[in-house]
Amino acid sequence: MSALHIKKGSTRHSAYNLRPTFSDVEERHTIAVLVENEPGVLARVIGLFSGRGYNIESLTVAEVDHTGHLSRITIVTTGTPQVIEQIKAQLGRIVPVHDVHDLTVEGPAVERELAILKVVGQGDKRVEALRLADIFRANVVDSTLNSFVFEITGAPDKIDAFADLMRPLGLTEIARTGVAALLRGD
Amino acid sequence: MKREMTGAKMVVQALKDQGVDTVFGYPGGAVLPIYDEIFLQNDIRHILVRHEQGAVHAAEGYARSTGKPGVVLVTSGPGATNAVTGITDALMDSIPIIVLTGQVPTFMIGSDAFQEADTVGITRPCTKHNWLVKDTDKLAETIHEAFHVATSGRPGPVLIDIPKDVQFATGTYVPPKPSTSHYQPKVKGDIEEITELVAAIEKAKKPVFYTGGGVINSGPGASQLLRELVDATGFPITSTLMGLGAYPASGANWLGMLGMHGLYEANMAMHDCDLLIAVGARFDDRITGRIDAFSPNSIKAHIDIDPSSINKVIKTDIPIVGDVAHVLEDVLKIWKSRGRKTQAEAVQKWHAQIDEWRKVNCLAYRPSEKTIQPQYALQRLEALTKGHDRYVTTEVGQHQMWAAQFMGFEDPNRWMTSGGLGTMGYGFPASIGVQIAHPEALVINVAGDASWLMNMQEMGTAAQYDLPVKQFILNNERLGMVRQWQELLHGSRYSHSWSESLPDFVKLAEAFGAKGIHCDDPAKLDDAIMEMIEHPGPVIFDCVVEKHANCFPMIPSGKAHNEMLLGDASTEGAIESGGAVLV
Ligand SMILES: Cc1cc2nc3c(=O)[nH]c(=O)nc-3n(C[C@H](O)[C@H](O)[C@H](O)COP(=O)(O)OP(=O)(O)OC[C@H]3O[C@@H](n4cnc5c(N)ncnc54)[C@H](O)[C@@H]3O)c2cc1C
Ligand SMILES: Cc1ncc(C[n+]2csc(CCOP(=O)(O)OP(=O)(O)O)c2C)c(N)n1
Repeated sequence: MSALHIKKGSTRHSAYNLRPTFSDVEERHTIAVLVENEPGVLARVIGLFSGRGYNIESLTVAEVDHTGHLSRITIVTTGTPQVIEQIKAQLGRIVPVHDVHDLTVEGPAVERELAILKVVGQGDKRVEALRLADIFRANVVDSTLNSFVFEITGAPDKIDAFADLMRPLGLTEIARTGVAALLRGD
Repeated sequence: MKREMTGAKMVVQALKDQGVDTVFGYPGGAVLPIYDEIFLQNDIRHILVRHEQGAVHAAEGYARSTGKPGVVLVTSGPGATNAVTGITDALMDSIPIIVLTGQVPTFMIGSDAFQEADTVGITRPCTKHNWLVKDTDKLAETIHEAFHVATSGRPGPVLIDIPKDVQFATGTYVPPKPSTSHYQPKVKGDIEEITELVAAIEKAKKPVFYTGGGVINSGPGASQLLRELVDATGFPITSTLMGLGAYPASGANWLGMLGMHGLYEANMAMHDCDLLIAVGARFDDRITGRIDAFSPNSIKAHIDIDPSSINKVIKTDIPIVGDVAHVLEDVLKIWKSRGRKTQAEAVQKWHAQIDEWRKVNCLAYRPSEKTIQPQYALQRLEALTKGHDRYVTTEVGQHQMWAAQFMGFEDPNRWMTSGGLGTMGYGFPASIGVQIAHPEALVINVAGDASWLMNMQEMGTAAQYDLPVKQFILNNERLGMVRQWQELLHGSRYSHSWSESLPDFVKLAEAFGAKGIHCDDPAKLDDAIMEMIEHPGPVIFDCVVEKHANCFPMIPSGKAHNEMLLGDASTEGAIESGGAVLV
């Protein structure tokens, strides 16, 4: 406590729910940004991240309100609490940005990603790939005598796990959408 | 009232409806239809600059000295790219500017057409916002929205890129109406936080106001309220380079500028205070010095309209998001309603401590009868121009810092300088913009020889419009600030920090039909300055000064506020290797 009886660095004073200290620990946050769907808006968001040296782990974007021309950008990023707060404040400054939500703070949130994976192989490996796909509830969306294309949805770490298992079984290509996320509950 | 007209006519109509009286610009193929419309009317005055960078700086000078947005009109390609430095300057210093650029016709965009550049792409990171207008029907509303964006919240430059076919095509003009866009920054501060600040004011024993450009941005009312609050509380006040004039330099509580080249007493007060009230200032690295040693024992309150300024650099205890004038009004109201309390006795003691620091006399320099010391030149300039209706712009370098130290500003909007970007070449065109806005005023650009050469082509503009701008060049034949750093950091190896082959400034002035004055004798300086003031036209004043003077005080990079270098101190090893990587 300081002489003035205001706790230094207190969070409740912050306009942006700052966590207590300027910590060095990197956190992973999922941020949802509602933007006007005008030309160049994605470039503004990406340019902000590259220009200010922030990380992007994943980014997805699509128009979600066709009449209101609003797109939702979901960004997964990492940084210290201070950097995360800056990222949100900087996103908030972009003129066509309507709203910024930190789903990691406001959560819990549902996070899902879709991936399609091509696995090429024959014999036992092929059988094993199919068996694992079944366990992971991945669908076969294309098959030849030598290959499968699987489609899988889930949290990013589930997709990571599935891809890791497929690698020795002949994984040749993978395409991922990046994370889409919504808060749980109403 | 909706009307059909061409895009080019719409541009001029929209500017008129926005109350614009002056446009700074330079024509070219992609804006000819707009220039045609300018030719056909008399309400808006077009000032032809000599380089598009000059147009933007002139608009900045116009904007900063009037509080109104500045307007720039340039062509596509090179016209737009030449404007980029000025636009970035305006972004860093939060100056409201509307830049209109021509573009190749929509059907040629992307084809590497003649003078095509991706202007919105290039300027995306250096504007507050920008637009490419592909439909004439959207042009008017876009221009109106651009004015709204440039001037609301934290001000800044915006750009509208207008393809030539959009200028020729006919569409529907809509007049300005109150903005309905979602972009409506919050101006009122949170009352709970403001009350917190008032409580801190009541308890503080060693308070200091640290004010900045945001007070100027907020308008003259904000300066008025600041003066009222400072004088009623009796708290000392310092300001950044960008905020000079918000509180009068002659005011009883004035400490002078703070920061890297700020005054000893101001920096010591920042370091030792127990309550730091930041008002429209952004904790720039020229201010904070070493972050972990910055004002270690204080409660920090921060009033700023831009949430991203708060907690960006320094952890804030009492953050207040809002416009300076709105917030200060509430602070005053609440503080008065609670009985106008301060720790008067403690604050008195605090002032006594500050007076001790003041005795260090940190701006002292060795006077000379043979050569003009740059500090002396500015003291004389200050003394002889003080009573005038005066505006001062600067270039970038030592002279800029000396001007901030030795000149006093009694009112806001009287001091125009490039702070954030530090753009050499800013001051001359800015002085032109100021003079256009204030034709009767005494407008002085305090310049260094090197900076001044960066936009000296604007002599043509000054001569053409007979603008009596005074170019007061402190000529040390050096890139002085660079030379100073080389002396302190690089063993006095003066790599390329000389001004070789300088022109004869008197002849240069005369070549443009202006007046040139040369002075290298301290005894003749006053008369020479008077001659400059009294001359009714543009003047280049070549003031030959001491070549190796250093600008002190100085907080070396990587040091704390209480580790300032003063004039006579040894500078050996002043900056350690860790600090040497900083700029
Ligand atoms: C060679 C050189 C040396 C320098 N040395 C120094 C030095 O010694 N000392 C010094 O002070 N500077 C120095 N500077 C300038 C420095 O780089 C910064 O430009 C300056 O300190 C920033 O001033 P500021 O904090 O007032 O911010 P500004 O850049 O003026 O920003 C204004 C702040 O106020 C906010 N704001 C805007 N409008 C409003 C509003 N209506 N209401 C509330 N808030 C608002 C903005 O969001 C922003 O945070 C130097 C520059 C150069 C080129
Ligand atoms: C466009 C640009 N280029 C380079 C610099 C780096 N720089 C800062 S101060 C300075 C020297 C300025 O010299 P001068 O204008 O003569 O002023 P002095 O410092 O001598 O007063 C330089 C090169 C800059 N600020 N701007």
